[in-house]
Amino acid sequence: MLPKWFDKWNADNPTNIFGPAILVGALGSAVFAAVVIVGIGNPLQTTSMQTGPRGTGMHVSEFNVARFAPDPTIEEYYTEEPYVPEGGEDLAKDIYQNVQVLGDLTEDNFNRVMTAVTQWVAPEEGCAYCHGDVDLEEYGNDDLYTKVVARRMIQMTQNINENWDGHVNANGEVGVNCYTCHRGQNVPSEIWFNITPVTKATEGWASLQNRATSLSQSTSLPSNALEIYLTEYEAVNVHDLESRVEGVPNDEDVASIQKTEMTFSLMNYFSNSLGVNCVFCHNSRAFYDPEQVTPQWSTALMGRQMVIEMNQEYLIPLETEYPAERLGPVYADAPKAACKTCHKGYQQPMQGMNAIADWPELATTEAPVYE
Amino acid sequence: MSFPDYQNIFTQVQVQGTPEMGMDDAGNNMMEERVGKPFFNTLAGLFGNGQIGPYYWGWTTTVALGTGLAWFVIVGFNMLAQVGWSIPQFIRQLFWLALEPPSPEYGLTMPPLQDGGWYIIASFFLLISVMTWLLRAYLLAEQHKMGKHIFWGFAAAVWLFLVLGLFRPILMGSWSEAVPYGIFPHLDWTTAFSIRYGNLYYNPFHCLSIVFLYGSVLLFCMHGGTILAVTRYGGDRELEQIYDRGTATERAALFWRWTMGFNATMEGIHRWAWWFAVLTPITGGIGILLTGTVVDNWFIWAQEHHFAPMYDGSYGYADYGSYEAFIGKEN
Repeated sequence: MLPKWFDKWNADNPTNIFGPAILVGALGSAVFAAVVIVGIGNPLQTTSMQTGPRGTGMHVSEFNVARFAPDPTIEEYYTEEPYVPEGGEDLAKDIYQNVQVLGDLTEDNFNRVMTAVTQWVAPEEGCAYCHGDVDLEEYGNDDLYTKVVARRMIQMTQNINENWDGHVNANGEVGVNCYTCHRGQNVPSEIWFNITPVTKATEGWASLQNRATSLSQSTSLPSNALEIYLTEYEAVNVHDLESRVEGVPNDEDVASIQKTEMTFSLMNYFSNSLGVNCVFCHNSRAFYDPEQVTPQWSTALMGRQMVIEMNQEYLIPLETEYPAERLGPVYADAPKAACKTCHKGYQQPMQGMNAIADWPELATTEAPVYE
Repeated sequence: MSFPDYQNIFTQVQVQGTPEMGMDDAGNNMMEERVGKPFFNTLAGLFGNGQIGPYYWGWTTTVALGTGLAWFVIVGFNMLAQVGWSIPQFIRQLFWLALEPPSPEYGLTMPPLQDGGWYIIASFFLLISVMTWLLRAYLLAEQHKMGKHIFWGFAAAVWLFLVLGLFRPILMGSWSEAVPYGIFPHLDWTTAFSIRYGNLYYNPFHCLSIVFLYGSVLLFCMHGGTILAVTRYGGDRELEQIYDRGTATERAALFWRWTMGFNATMEGIHRWAWWFAVLTPITGGIGILLTGTVVDNWFIWAQEHHFAPMYDGSYGYADYGSYEAFIGKEN
């Protein structure tokens, strides 16, 4: 292909070109990268907002490239204003069979809610995802697990909005509906299952950690923090509130290094779930001190209680309803929720969009109040 | 005008010739302890002495290397067992893996092998290895009729090692307090240790340790820089300059006296450096030893002793604007 004189010259003049080529390539790439960064600016530049007293370093920061970018799932959100009843309409429980939860709704509003739930949870499968591929007259049947679970989830949503107002409406009315977790998917993202122990070769403390798992958030911290702290009311705090306290690490009220790492793991999960740092809530010089925290600290505290109730009262008891493919990979346990299931990495789910403004039916366990 | 040849971070003069074997003048069998055929390495000569070897083996090497290897192998095989004896997984998760101390419920008793037992065994070997190596520093200094400064310097580091893995766990009544053998896990331990005991930055011995650590760095830079700067006047011949002060010493001394009103001497600067280095682990070890045994919450302790000031200003967004405005959700 190449001229003969070229091949001959090459054969007569053997030269190692790889060394110089690698050198030139590496230097060239470095110069190119430097020019690009100087030219277009640091792509990882952040802007910060102060959230605590000067000198404490308390702030939140966002990447400049993403600071004004809205959560992409907000655009997909389906909503519809309620039909305010004029009184005297037939109610869903009178019209349809087996309406256990939303029976006090008028027919228009009932169908409005059903449409929305379909859009939020099963936009592709449609009504059949819960009701099956059957005639409308048979929609009252509870043949599919999806319908049984959906009913319980509506109850859970109502309970959250009604009884956990202090968490979900902490900074103005936000609330939750199906979309807060589901975002158009049958199964919400960021659910979790029990996975510990993570090694077979060890027992006890050693078997709970030192693995990059989804539950350790890819750290070497323990993988059982969610299991211990978000399904049970186990104490999270590890500090002594006096400068000297008696006791050895295995005593009931003396937190060990191991327990501290579990708390650390949970707090790290909180941070990643909300896309924030420790100082979003704490003054990091005294993590334990409730005098030196932001209002978000109490909101998070209440959020933890809320998640424990959700898992204990609603999600874990559904274990017997699910088919095998919906259960956990290790222990066939029910899927569970935690901070990230709703927050998805944002300080407020859907960046604080009001999820109950149009849905008074989901905001209370009693008959809805329309305004 | 620059002098790139002089301003070089590497040693400029190398001597390579017949390897120097060291003295053997005491009528003993010291030569038999020296192993390895010496050779010269130009690259090594850029950083130090170009002659590699011979190495003084002695019984201390046998013991320290043997027990050290036992520790290393126990840790490694425990890690390998944790990933089901998979070499690719071992490499992939190496930084995450660890040999962990026992669970807290075992206190100071011997736990099962799979729950810290191997850790105790490995730690025993490591203890022998480190202490033997410490002894080696003493014996070699003795043979060279040297002072024992290096031995004491290493002993300071060994003190911190013993505090972390032996003294403090015993005082706490639990081997679970010891530090895990793993890359990320020992960092988790460090963070958890500070968090658990109310912020180690308020531990005055931790403060001192940081002062001496950063001070060591500063002194090392000042001394190294000073000597290199007066090498052109013979200042790198520090020992001669100690007892026969020349213009190099005069200039270096004047530089610092005129810079900050005080200067060390050619001898004294090495005492400064040695004490700063040695005090880093000594004070650090004291700080660790007091934590959880004498003081359980350093921040509260600091408040009681009036050196944890309260900051003015409110917590949360309210006084600083709003997050919604910050991310462009409202005006």
